[in-house]
Order: sequence, then C-alpha cells, then structure tokens
Amino acid sequence: MNKPILLSRSNIFLFIIVLALIAFPFVMDSRTLTILVTQILIFGILAMSYDILLGYTGIVSFGHAMFFGIGAYCTAIMLNDFESTIFVFIGSIAVGMVIAGILSFIVGLLTLRLKSHFFAMLTMAISGLLLVVAEKWRSVTKGNDGFTFKAPEVFKDRIVFYLVVLALIVIVFIVLKRFVNSPLGRVLIAVRENEQRTKSLGFKTLYYKVIASVLAGVIASLAGSLYAVSLRFVNTAVLTMEITLDALLMTIIGGVGTLIGPLVGAVVIESAQHYLSGLARDFPIFERWIIFFGIIYILAVIFFPKGIVGTIQAKYFQWKDKKAQLNVVPLSKNKESSK
Amino acid sequence: MEPIIRTENLSISFGGHKAVDRVNFEMPEKHFKSIIGPNGAGKTTFFNLISGELKNTEGDVFFKGQSIANLSSVERTRLGLGRSFQITNVFPNLTVLENVRLAVQSREKIRFNPFKHYLHYKKITQDALTILEQVLLENKAHHIASQLAHGEKRKLEIAMLLALDTEVLMLDEPTAGMSLEEVPAILDVIKSIKSRGDKTILLIEHKMDMILDLSDSIMVLFNGKLLADGSPSEIMNNTTVQNAYLGGLYDGELVET
Repeated sequence: MNKPILLSRSNIFLFIIVLALIAFPFVMDSRTLTILVTQILIFGILAMSYDILLGYTGIVSFGHAMFFGIGAYCTAIMLNDFESTIFVFIGSIAVGMVIAGILSFIVGLLTLRLKSHFFAMLTMAISGLLLVVAEKWRSVTKGNDGFTFKAPEVFKDRIVFYLVVLALIVIVFIVLKRFVNSPLGRVLIAVRENEQRTKSLGFKTLYYKVIASVLAGVIASLAGSLYAVSLRFVNTAVLTMEITLDALLMTIIGGVGTLIGPLVGAVVIESAQHYLSGLARDFPIFERWIIFFGIIYILAVIFFPKGIVGTIQAKYFQWKDKKAQLNVVPLSKNKESSK
Repeated sequence: MEPIIRTENLSISFGGHKAVDRVNFEMPEKHFKSIIGPNGAGKTTFFNLISGELKNTEGDVFFKGQSIANLSSVERTRLGLGRSFQITNVFPNLTVLENVRLAVQSREKIRFNPFKHYLHYKKITQDALTILEQVLLENKAHHIASQLAHGEKRKLEIAMLLALDTEVLMLDEPTAGMSLEEVPAILDVIKSIKSRGDKTILLIEHKMDMILDLSDSIMVLFNGKLLADGSPSEIMNNTTVQNAYLGGLYDGELVET
C-alpha cells in the first residue's frame, strides 16, 4: 500500500516543477535563458523518446537522429513553402510524425529481428543514408547550408513558444508514463530483461519492439519539429550522429529506464554545453568543451551506470528496504515464539 | 484416444553429433511422464525440440494430432505447451511478483493494451499472488528476482510456468541445485498439481527415488536414443536401463540390443 503514496508524492513534486517552469519566463526576464530552457525541454522530449528504446525495451539505436531530422525538415519545408501560420505548423508536425512513424515501422520490421549490435549498426547506416540524401537533394533541403524560414506569427514572442513546448513536454511525459506502465509497457520491460524468456511466455517480442521503435520515432519527430521552429533555421546538422549521441548521453547520464532521468540529463547536457562554451572567452581550453563531455561521460558510465536518477532511486529503495526489514524481523520472531 | 504429444523419429544433429536420435514417443492426456537419463543423454535437447526452442532436423512433433514442427516457441506456448528451464531463466531485475504477473498477463491474453495502468488489472496481480503462495514464495513477492537464493529461483521458475496455466507442463529438473531441505516443498507443489488431475506433465529429473512414486510412466534416454518407456516398476527391472545407469553400456552394445 506504500506505492500510491509514493506515486502521488512524486507527482506533487513534478507538479511543483511544472508550475515553476510556467512562472519562469515571467519572473526571469532573460531572452537567452528562455531560449536555453526551451532548448532543454525540446531535447528532453527527444531524450525521453530515446529512453523508450534504450531504457525500456533495451534496444540500442544509433539512428535516432533520422526521426528528429524528419520532423525538423517537414516543419521547415512546409513553413517555408506554404504560409507561415500556426495551422501549417500543426499540420507539419502531423506530417512529420506520420512519415517518421512509417519509416520507423519499416526500419523496425526489417532490422529488429537482428541481435542488438547488428541492429545498432544498421540504424546507423540507414540514418547515414538519410543524411547523404538530405545533403544531395539541394532543391528541397538546400544541403549543408540549410535555409532560414519564418516561424508562425504567434511564436515571434519567445514566451508563447516556450509555453507551447512546455505544454507538449508535459503531454508527452504523461502519455509515455502511461505507456510504460501499461500491460504493453510491462512486456517491453520484460523484453529488455530477457527476450527469449518473454517469447516462451507467449509474447511475440518482435511486435513489441516495433511498437516501441515507432512510438520513439514519432515522438522524436515532434522534438525535431519544435527544434526547427526554435532556431527558425534548418540544415543537415539535425540528421547527424551528434543528435543521436546527445540523446544517448542525456539518457545515460540522467538514468536509463526512468522517464525523469532523460529530462535531468537534458538539463545537465544542454546547460553544460551552454556554459562551458561560454567560458571559452576566458579559458581557451573550453573551446574544446566536448573534451569535458567525454570525461563526464566516461566517469558517469564507470561510477553511475544507473545515471543520476537511477542512482538516487536505487539508494531510496535500499533505504526503504532496510526500513521494511526492520519492521519484518520482530514480526517473524514473534511467530517463532508463539509456536 | 489421440495422444496429446506424439513424436515421430524426432531427431536433431549439431554438426555430426546426433543429440536426439529418432525418438518415437506418445504422451496420453493428463498423464505424468518422467524422463531420466545420464548427463548428456539429450533430455533437455528433447525438451527444447518439443517446446520449440530448437528446430528438429528430422522427424515430426504432433500436438493433439497437429504437426507443430514448424511453429515457433511463442505459438507452441499459446497452443498449450508451457515449460520451465533447467538453468534459471527469469527476469532478473524485476520483482518476483512482476515475473509471475507477466506470465498471468500472457495467459489472460492482455498483450497490446497501451492505455490502462498495469495495476488496473487487480485480478492478475491477485492471481499472481495466489500462485506465489502455492510455491511458498509469497513473502518474497516484492524482492528483486536476481537476489533470490537458488532454490527460490527454482520455485519462481515453477510459479511462472503454473501462471501460464497451459495444458502441458514441461518441467526441466525443477529441483536441480536445490538444497535437500527445499526439495520436499517443490515435490509437494508438483504432487498437488498432479492431484488436481487436469494437467499433462512431462518431467526431467535426475533423482530416481523422487520420481518413482510420482510418475505414471518413465522414459529413459541414453545417448539421444529412447532406451525404454514404461511403468516405473518395468523401468526399475529393465536390465538395459540398469546397465545404462551403472555404466556398463556402450554405444556398440546398444546397437546390438
């Protein structure tokens, strides 16, 4: 009976954070900070979608950027070619999601039969292929140079866009939370733990893996759409390996298999990126801030394999276990003495 | 009556080695059959062929008269062939309850519901707890499976099989590696399943004395071949079987007999 209380307690905590985030742009009158937090939230969505693959289903994908890029390009191209209105924006998100869904379905069906590392290699190859297509198809994508476009009128105000992104991340979080706690989500966790055993329980694991990869692809595409609008610019960088690695880093540093973890990871990575590169003016070494990332990453994998949130959670459960055991011991003694 | 499981010349070779060699056997419904044989006799391989973990290279397997040789292990489980594993094969980082709950969920055919909370299905959790009580694991329900003692993992393995509630239960050495004090508890579980009389049970076991009074029939595998199949007393008095167990039998002699 402890669980619902714990759940509601963490829910209240999250609720307070959301309230603080809503209030944030009105309290802090800083354009750069608003943009930074918007950026964090967008990458939070991407990292959560990646966690569905890595943390819940145990699939390592090196091609997650392709879905992000599809969303980004769909929105950018549609806003550029048609009118730059909010309806086109919503439509472009929908189109991006559908394309990403179809692509992840096909890729998943073709490759998820493979063992994990072969799958990882193949996803990398396919997203590499997409990157080449985007670079060569200059009439549409303008290649590596990219192009700027006008964002819808309402988003001229950074705060409005910020609030939209905040609303979307809350919705995505609730949907994903529900998803991983559904019977289907439980089977995904079983696949991560022991795929062969899941099969012998009578679950067709391939279907589950494809569902997970479609969902992750669709959500990543949403993140991509928002990213493009936040920059008002798109180029092939959205399809590169770096996006995938960012998502991977956020998920691992924050904690795989917890939806909060990737969000924390997004905060850590994005703000580190922002402030470390800001330090470059005074200390030239920070022009290579990526070095520090490498170090953080190595240290995280060695000392906190469960990530920030995962480690805290484990400690919390340990503490609760100890408390529970203290409660159990005298009870069993009573039983023996009563015998 | 049509036997529930039947094999015809069931064989599998790994390279040049025939691990299971043309085994023909029949299994009537609601029957309790034990499979014995020395180490490396092909007992577990034989199990894998029936449950679909391995594909036979020759021969055929029938379930209720229908050939299942081309079905995957998932489909065979859904038809009603559930099995446990000799090497403990559970979900290590999930709780004991969650392990069993997943099996119950599969039995209830709740597979693709992405909207409801998993604890919404109270009956499933309840059923899982009932099964844990049967195997005497209810006080470990909220422990992580990987932290269980070996004997407890074996019990969990049986609980997951029971939770599937399949017509045929295939138990692969349920007491392997258990301490002597724990064995009677597992035997009691198996006896109580048997006494309910609604299951067909196929059991692999090393401990002869344990299965003699439990089994309706015993089959003996030796070097992948079916050596004998009969009632416990027949098997006990069978000289070939005695030789096989006492080590006096070699391949050459087997061919002659």
